[in-house]
Amino acid sequence: MKRDEFLKIGGATLATIIGGWPISTYASNPLLDSIARSAQSSGRVLVLIQLNGGNDGLNTLIPLDQYAVLSNKRSNILVPESSVLSLSNTGKATGLHPAMSKIRNMYDAGFVNIVQGVSYPNPDLSHFRATDIWLTGSASNQYLDTGWLGRYLNETYAGFPTGFPNATMPDPLAIQIGSGVSPVCQGPKAGMGMAISDINNFYNIVNGTVEPAPNTPAGHELTFIRFVAQQTQQYTGVIKAAAQSAKNISILYPSGNTLSNQLKIVARLIAGGLQTPLYVVSMGGFDTHASQTESADHTIGTHATLLQRLSEAVNAFFDDCRLLNVDKRVAAMTFSEFGRRIVSNGSGGTDHGTAAPVLSFGYAVNPGLIGNNPVISANTTSKDNLPMQLDYRALYASVLSDWFELDSSLMANVLFPSFQNTPAVFRKSSVTGLQENGDDEVLSQNYPNPVRTTSSIDFYSDGTDATLFLLDTQGRLVDTLAKGVYLEGKHTVEFNRSGISAGVYFYRLINRKTKSTRKMMIVD
Amino acid sequence: MGKKDKKSPLNPFDLIDPEPLYNYRADKVFTQYTNKQLPQNIARTSSTLAAYAGPWTRAAVIHLLRRTTFGISSEDITLLLSLSPGKAVDLLIDAIPAAPPNPPLNNYNAIVNDTTGVLPDTTWVNAEYGDGSINFQRMMSFKAWWFSLMLEEKLNMREKMVLFWHNHFATEVAAVGVARYSYYHNALLRKFAFGNFKSLVKAVTLDPAMLRYLNGDKNTANSPDENYARELQELFTVGTGNPTNYTQGDVEAAAKVLTGWRTTFTSSSFDPKQHSTADKQFSSFYNNTVIKYQTGVDGALETHELIEMIFKKEEAAKRICRSLYRYFVYYAIDDNVENTIIIPLAQTLVSNNFEIKPVVSQLLKSAHFFDVLNQGCYIKTPLDFLVGTFKTFGVSIQTTLSVENRYKVFNYLRGYGQTLALDLGDPPNVAGWPAFHQTPEFYQAWINSNTLPKRLIFTDTMFGNGINAGGTTFKIDAIVFAKQCSKPEDPNILIDFFVELLLALPLSTEKKTSLKSILLSNQATDSYWTIAWFDYIGSPSVSNENILRSRLNPLLIELTRLAEHQLA
Repeated sequence: MKRDEFLKIGGATLATIIGGWPISTYASNPLLDSIARSAQSSGRVLVLIQLNGGNDGLNTLIPLDQYAVLSNKRSNILVPESSVLSLSNTGKATGLHPAMSKIRNMYDAGFVNIVQGVSYPNPDLSHFRATDIWLTGSASNQYLDTGWLGRYLNETYAGFPTGFPNATMPDPLAIQIGSGVSPVCQGPKAGMGMAISDINNFYNIVNGTVEPAPNTPAGHELTFIRFVAQQTQQYTGVIKAAAQSAKNISILYPSGNTLSNQLKIVARLIAGGLQTPLYVVSMGGFDTHASQTESADHTIGTHATLLQRLSEAVNAFFDDCRLLNVDKRVAAMTFSEFGRRIVSNGSGGTDHGTAAPVLSFGYAVNPGLIGNNPVISANTTSKDNLPMQLDYRALYASVLSDWFELDSSLMANVLFPSFQNTPAVFRKSSVTGLQENGDDEVLSQNYPNPVRTTSSIDFYSDGTDATLFLLDTQGRLVDTLAKGVYLEGKHTVEFNRSGISAGVYFYRLINRKTKSTRKMMIVD
Repeated sequence: MGKKDKKSPLNPFDLIDPEPLYNYRADKVFTQYTNKQLPQNIARTSSTLAAYAGPWTRAAVIHLLRRTTFGISSEDITLLLSLSPGKAVDLLIDAIPAAPPNPPLNNYNAIVNDTTGVLPDTTWVNAEYGDGSINFQRMMSFKAWWFSLMLEEKLNMREKMVLFWHNHFATEVAAVGVARYSYYHNALLRKFAFGNFKSLVKAVTLDPAMLRYLNGDKNTANSPDENYARELQELFTVGTGNPTNYTQGDVEAAAKVLTGWRTTFTSSSFDPKQHSTADKQFSSFYNNTVIKYQTGVDGALETHELIEMIFKKEEAAKRICRSLYRYFVYYAIDDNVENTIIIPLAQTLVSNNFEIKPVVSQLLKSAHFFDVLNQGCYIKTPLDFLVGTFKTFGVSIQTTLSVENRYKVFNYLRGYGQTLALDLGDPPNVAGWPAFHQTPEFYQAWINSNTLPKRLIFTDTMFGNGINAGGTTFKIDAIVFAKQCSKPEDPNILIDFFVELLLALPLSTEKKTSLKSILLSNQATDSYWTIAWFDYIGSPSVSNENILRSRLNPLLIELTRLAEHQLA
């Protein structure tokens, strides 16, 4: 398989090939196990990609089944139906903007998860407030002065900054590329992140140079202080060492693409051996109130350019990660402070809206879509917004529990309130689940097994929210068998396999206190 | 150099800081990047002592304030901007209050009962020594009090000059060993802030703190102690490295002249029995002067003759002018600066019979001082940095706090200065702090692997959870600070305002745009900030306030973390 592109693979073969590595369809697959182990020991990385300005979700992930209504509501910006890049396994109901061919290829190859309709109750339409909400992880009427990842890092690296860096964690807890340390990394006691103020700043560190200063007395002293500042920044040494021990390999990085330039640095630092679990990068310009497309050709213009940059940067980054052999422990997630209005405005743009899709990337994501296409009514007015399908904090909870494996008892210190029913964005939870031994007290073996038509599963509820997922061998969500608050005690779920092809599957129970997974076989 | 390096055997200050003393000369980062020689091949100005006639801009006013006070404030800028450059300098000198500040108080009663009868919140400067514990608390009280004078000084140069003289006639509170003496010594420096240099040298020579510090009080006819006699010439007046120099014989002769001085309760007296009866022969450097032995109490007059003799040497005038230049302008004195600035200043000093005021006034009013090439090249002292943070951001210490708690705050800051390598009242030795005299590093001695991170932590903390001292939390209110800007709703004007006040060099447009992106949450529409600002002004709700703070604080942290913030 060629390294420089992600294969578009048909649905039939999707289950057996991920990114060029054939995998067996059996649960005790040694490769999957070793992936789980290596992720455990070498440390998972999350790259948070902030899309500043409010990305137009409806022009990113296009509900093709709503195209007729949309062509009425967004006539001055909507891309032609034929140009939309439909996603496999959606029955051509959903597609990506034509500028996102690289991401579409990644999707079809099983490297992308998209959660639809992410927002929060009573969404705020102000950029600043909405940004603060997403960064701090607050409700719309809640004011937090710490960031959600700052709180996570504070739980995981207790006592920071006292006693850090140390032998166990010699590296920055978070690295942000860009001016001003993002509030997302603010912990209760200290900022948990290190900011590399700009791209030049990084290369200055690597090369042991500082920004040029005028040849004056002031410039002379400035240069001296800059050197001392650079050399005494706690993590200069480890960053320089990491950067020097790995070079970017991918040839796909586009030029003139800020996000790409940032991700290039991230790939190099991860491959260089930094144990840093979190990177924050960003790209601006998504506040497309006017002329978001060319009027003559809606497939090009401001928003198309932004999506293309995003798409090419992410593709190049994961290509690089793969070549650098770190891809299995790297995941990336986009977010934006809000989506945009359903109805476009008279200036050929869109105004501030609410719910929007969140895209996650990487080897470990559950490939596919979570959530449904929004249903857009013919009565939609310029004031209407897309409904929320998932609270963004539930998405964060999945990152914390399934990717960072935060102990569930600590979750309430990070997200308030804690969110139990998290979307299965990451495959990790099921990879771990494969190694779990089902406990009959909690989750019974389904009966009958193998399943030809129907089967029943008993589970024990501790009286809290409970969800029973059906997953395939790659941990992808196939169906949700039960979801809701169940009284304490034993419950039975009837399962009908219709529409599910024969093979090995896992069913997984998650409630507040327990997680349990068992295997079932479906036969024709 | 015969510096005082032997501390009193019972030095209570040695107990304060358990950290081993940081040796910046062993700091690989410092030694790699600091000057190996005085800066060569950098652009220097040829402007002279002629009165500055350039535009009287905010930048010029800020430059003047940065160099002559411990921190700028918007209020002070506005006031000086309304004057001419000359009148602005006059104000900084003439606005010094005629009366000395109220003396330090008993803030220590909760720790040590003052058995000498000094009640809480009253001054101890007239009281008996008491015992070592009481004296130790008074030393701390004195240092905290002194810090408060810088922190709470109104617009004038008094404390900047007191620090200059403190560094010039360096004594150590811990080594002097009597808090009362250190206080009176300090009061002397303050009284002479813009006084007569020659008179000050005479007064310092007889000052009990100096007599104790450099062993003058043990200088007897039988075994003259050369310590003060040497430093009087080497450090306080003529210095070394001149075309011709004083000799060891001159040190010995001067030591004999100075025999017989003893400390009293707050002053000193002359004991003829301890005075050398020899005639004191000086070298050709002093024109072979002989100071004749004078009998009885007239022996004290020999000291007067000695200082008159020393002050006949033009080196005495030149040396103090070089020190003033390094304190106010820049440390590198090349031939051009020597000829066009130092020598004319020394002439001013001599022709004004060693009055300091005309010299400082001439220097500060000059085109040379205001030349843009002399701006931004001064590395802030720890005091400029700490006091400046409080002053510039308008953080004040409530007068409603108890004396005990106010002193705790002052002492906290004084202690932070100590971790930044300037322990007010306790310079490393009689030569003062290296940053003012150590060639070729000079100012760079303030910045090393130990001190720079601690400077950054200080400002970071002031924008974050704040510092806790005296039962109070002190932090910067970024909104209050932003409100000082003429048009805080305009992100460009606001950033220019911040840059002007916080950085000593202008920033590139590119860098300013990048800073603005913090205010705009990485967007390009300026009006988003404007709307957020007016939303808050119209309705200062928690939500609207948070929106401003969560952008202003990271921006100000970014600015104060720039190297330019360490410059003045």
